[in-house]
Amino acid sequence: MIARVYVGLKPGVLDPQGRTIAHSLNDLGFDEVQDAKQGKVIELTLSGDDREAAEARVKEMCETLLANTVIESYRIELDD
Amino acid sequence: MTTAVIVFPASNCDRDAAMALKAATGKAPRMIWHKDTSIPDDVRFVVVPGGFSYGDYLRSGAIAANSPIMRDLKRKADGGLAVAGICNGFQILTEAGMLPGALMRNMNQKFVCRVSRLRLANAETRFTRLYDAKNEIDIPVAHHDGNYFADDETLKRIEDNGQVVFRYSDNPNGSRNDIAGVVNKAGNVLGMMPHPERAINSLHGGTDGKLFFQSILGSL
Repeated sequence: MIARVYVGLKPGVLDPQGRTIAHSLNDLGFDEVQDAKQGKVIELTLSGDDREAAEARVKEMCETLLANTVIESYRIELDD
Repeated sequence: MTTAVIVFPASNCDRDAAMALKAATGKAPRMIWHKDTSIPDDVRFVVVPGGFSYGDYLRSGAIAANSPIMRDLKRKADGGLAVAGICNGFQILTEAGMLPGALMRNMNQKFVCRVSRLRLANAETRFTRLYDAKNEIDIPVAHHDGNYFADDETLKRIEDNGQVVFRYSDNPNGSRNDIAGVVNKAGNVLGMMPHPERAINSLHGGTDGKLFFQSILGSL
């Protein structure tokens, strides 16, 4: 099973990298870009096929290591 | 007096910290590998040094914060052991939940490496008690992820409690309220982005870091 974890900064936390990306896109002529948020995707290959158990474990991984919940939020997707 | 420095893979200020501790105590500190599981009982003060533990992978300090030694460090810090995290050490202590807030990428996206002037926001902590409250001190900074963030509620709480210890006069990284260093509520755990261990000898261009080590060691 594949679990995809999307980690990004929480709303309200200033994202300097995202802002720089937006500015750069504007400089390249993509004037419609008003804002950009950057984050990361962590893809985990998991053993087992119990989706519910996997989701609970990945949530635990996020809280323990993958996201710093002081500044970041996360979202989990599971593929079979 | 016995002191210690924790060494993680890619710590690069561990020996600077050891030199500073040796200069202040006359005795070389114990160097403790992060895979060790306990800090010897005779250790009175621990430095979590600067560097780029685990290559800053995932987030600065995130992986080091889960190293085996951290469990015992947390337990002993809860019991009152004095701990200072410098630069990457500060990042590690926030990631470990031993200090409030988090360190983010510098606002201007640049690695900043220069001498920074700090204001003492609280000169009555055990880490700063030998500094004059009005003093400004010059301490080098060298970091890419030193932008201190805490949410409004946390920020108010630590300001009200006097947990903000150092502020930048010329904020080099975008930190909220110009915060350069904080202590925990009990006052025995400190984290700061500037490097006092790089300012203990006049050959360094300044000696304003000396009183930091003398303050904490004199309070033990």
